[in-house]
Amino acid sequence: MAAIPKAKDLVIDYTLPKTPWWDTPAVFRPGNFAYPGKAKNVEAVGMPNPREWSPLDEDWKLPSNWKEIIFDGMRERLDKFRSLKIFMDICVRCGACADKCHFYIGSGDPKNMPVLRAELLRSVYRKDFTLAGKIMGKMAGARELTEDVVKEWFMYFFQCTECRRCSVFCPYGIDTAEITIIGRELLNLLGLNIDWIMGPVANCYHNGNHLGIQPHAFKDMIEFFVDEIEAVNGVRVEPTFNRKGAEILFITPSGDVFADPGTYTLMGYLMLFHEIGLDYTWSTYASEGGNFGFFTSHEMMKRLNSKMYAEAKRLGVKWILGGECGHMWRVINQYMDTMTGPADFLEEPVSPITGTKFENARSTKMVHIVEFTADLIKNGKLKLDPSRNDHLRVTYHDSCNTSRGMGFFEEPRYVIKSVCNNFFEMPAGTTREQTFCCGSGSGLNTDEIMELRMRGGLPRANAVKWTQEKFDTNMLACICAIDRAVLPPLMNYWVPGVGVTGVHELVGNALVMEGETERTTDLRGEPLAGMEEAENEDL
Amino acid sequence: MGMEFSLGIVLALVAAAFVGVKVAGMTYFFGVVVPYIAIFTFLGGFIYRILGWARSPVPFRITTTAGQQMSFPWIKQNKLDNPTTTLQTIGRMALEVLTFRSLFRNTKLELREGPKLGYRWEIWLWLAALAFHYSFLVIFVRHLRFFLEPVPGLIHGLDRADGFLQLGLPGIYLTDLVFVAAVTYLFIRRVVIPQLKYISLPADYFPLFVLLGMGITGILMRYFIKVDLTKVKELALSIVAFQPKVPEGIGVIFYIHLLLVCTLFAYFPFSKLMHLGGVFLSPTRNLPNDNRIKRHINPWDYPVKTHTYAEYEDHFREKMIEAGLPVDKE
Repeated sequence: MAAIPKAKDLVIDYTLPKTPWWDTPAVFRPGNFAYPGKAKNVEAVGMPNPREWSPLDEDWKLPSNWKEIIFDGMRERLDKFRSLKIFMDICVRCGACADKCHFYIGSGDPKNMPVLRAELLRSVYRKDFTLAGKIMGKMAGARELTEDVVKEWFMYFFQCTECRRCSVFCPYGIDTAEITIIGRELLNLLGLNIDWIMGPVANCYHNGNHLGIQPHAFKDMIEFFVDEIEAVNGVRVEPTFNRKGAEILFITPSGDVFADPGTYTLMGYLMLFHEIGLDYTWSTYASEGGNFGFFTSHEMMKRLNSKMYAEAKRLGVKWILGGECGHMWRVINQYMDTMTGPADFLEEPVSPITGTKFENARSTKMVHIVEFTADLIKNGKLKLDPSRNDHLRVTYHDSCNTSRGMGFFEEPRYVIKSVCNNFFEMPAGTTREQTFCCGSGSGLNTDEIMELRMRGGLPRANAVKWTQEKFDTNMLACICAIDRAVLPPLMNYWVPGVGVTGVHELVGNALVMEGETERTTDLRGEPLAGMEEAENEDL
Repeated sequence: MGMEFSLGIVLALVAAAFVGVKVAGMTYFFGVVVPYIAIFTFLGGFIYRILGWARSPVPFRITTTAGQQMSFPWIKQNKLDNPTTTLQTIGRMALEVLTFRSLFRNTKLELREGPKLGYRWEIWLWLAALAFHYSFLVIFVRHLRFFLEPVPGLIHGLDRADGFLQLGLPGIYLTDLVFVAAVTYLFIRRVVIPQLKYISLPADYFPLFVLLGMGITGILMRYFIKVDLTKVKELALSIVAFQPKVPEGIGVIFYIHLLLVCTLFAYFPFSKLMHLGGVFLSPTRNLPNDNRIKRHINPWDYPVKTHTYAEYEDHFREKMIEAGLPVDKE
């Protein structure tokens, strides 16, 4: 792994190259690309051209008819996606998107301006699919498809986190995420992908989750947190697994089972479900809420997503409850019902505790945990003691996918404000629909590109820093598992002293449970405000 | 290089009309043939492009949600930025098309020592774009008086309103000034902002030069090198009636103006100017965010290979039984 400069030494330079962008080839060096997909992982799901290769090599071992594959692939996708056709044709290069991209802001590389990222594909499209490009060539902004162009695609379609911030500002709604998604789909036809995506895809396909946790281990891990909860408040929760006849199937990203601080969020879920007596089950087969298939191709997304409904059907549940995750919810909100529905074997979701009908989920039959909890709180079904979060001064990061692919703004804020006394917003222009990406989404949360991630995360971190300076915040809340994995290193780099938490960890802290012993610590074992003494005595 | 190339073409067009009419006397070609070609290329091309887009389906609803979703009655939905009904979506589209709402949000990044980032509201691009499009629209409608006899009162009214600044004779049209100023601004920012210059293609400069040429020749014709407007109207009416007849003695400046206008029309369908049609079809804006409420159908959906639960259980059965997990087949 390449060493990265310290935060204070990181240079951000907006100077443009002397050569025009089409004459500036992508140069690969250790640290500026993610490791390519391993042959075994590509093979495991039957995707094209499995082989060992490296972006540092001259020869990328493309299939001999690679050009034909790309052209056929483009033609097929132009016929299948009106979005692609429109987005290829109508950009006027007004430049409004340019400084909206976190990767451009943090790297200064002009090809990270959304407009140029799209031009990388558009230039090839013009050359072979438009009259003007065929006749006028370069003067119409057309260029030949060469191996260098494909290499450039590989670099820049894996320097976009599909966050859609640019699409909010585009006067025609051109969505770079859509272009990146289809660009990556084309690259995958040649076997060009990254292992941080292919590994989880292969794992998820065969083992049920990105991390490859096998069924018995999955159960063990959850049961470990049962013990942890008991240690905090003396209550023994009793989760069930693969249980037929449960009312609700709960699916959350596997990252929360595996690593801090997501695990504390998971403890929050377990406590909440126990306290309200929810008749629910976990599944080891559908043990992944996230969908890294979404970062390879529409088809792979569907292949992974289909487990959710299949498992709900097999277990005979009434509806599905989904945990805190970003792209998982973009997939559920904008793709799932279309891809793998109709979910006519499920019932329209109704909260068994409050009787609230979740009207906005009546076709998908999948409810967001934060919607579910917000409704519980609104109806006074939870006993909460927000002072148990008084040692935290919290700000909130709107995750890209739930923001711009769903519009999920007030529910999480309502829950946070109900369980925390100290909540502070980041500055306008960096939250809600204008929120900044963590810099590591869409499968780019791998360590070998840490500098890129820190650069891409700068706008987010900078807004957190503002709250730290102004309000002395020490905790960044979010509702995304990738956020929980990648924001801690980002905070350590740019804003030391700020931790990261899921919203349901805060709920777990504040939740007053029946039969609990006196709480002296939060779920992390940190003393509650005013309990520092008691903790010391224990020691 | 792209800029020089585009400017060169526009200047060549001007020269061609000048030489063609003044030297070769090709008034019929420039007054009749070129306009017909341009009109039919525009209409045919525009329809062809729209049908081309419409032929590709919209498999998924990928609405860009820019406001609060519809969830509970006690949470206020942002109906314009996150619509769930057709009516709300029409509202969103109307604001987008008529007021360029997304562009209105534009911000400008500022990087200071620290690093410290700041974002300023940047209204000028929006303002110039709006000024350009609306002044162009008014000018376009005003020109209809050449094609209609009698001239409808509405156009007369518009004419009067636009020309209310009675500075000398003929009165100055406000839109002429706004149009030239806005196009000039759009050109200058493209050259002055380094990032924008870096992304600009010949196809970005060319329409700006054509528009500027149209504006300048139009203004010249009205205020300085006057042409006989009754004869121009005679020509226009004859073209509309498909009985083209070129009256003698229309000044060459008119033919230059006309050639630039025709160029814009003929070029339109093959260029980025098609955003006029495309903005209506943009799937991130023209669809409601109602995927969880109503099932959206993907017309080319196909079955995919999945790893079924049965396969999964076959693989892990022993481990599952040992861990006390229920299995379908013992």
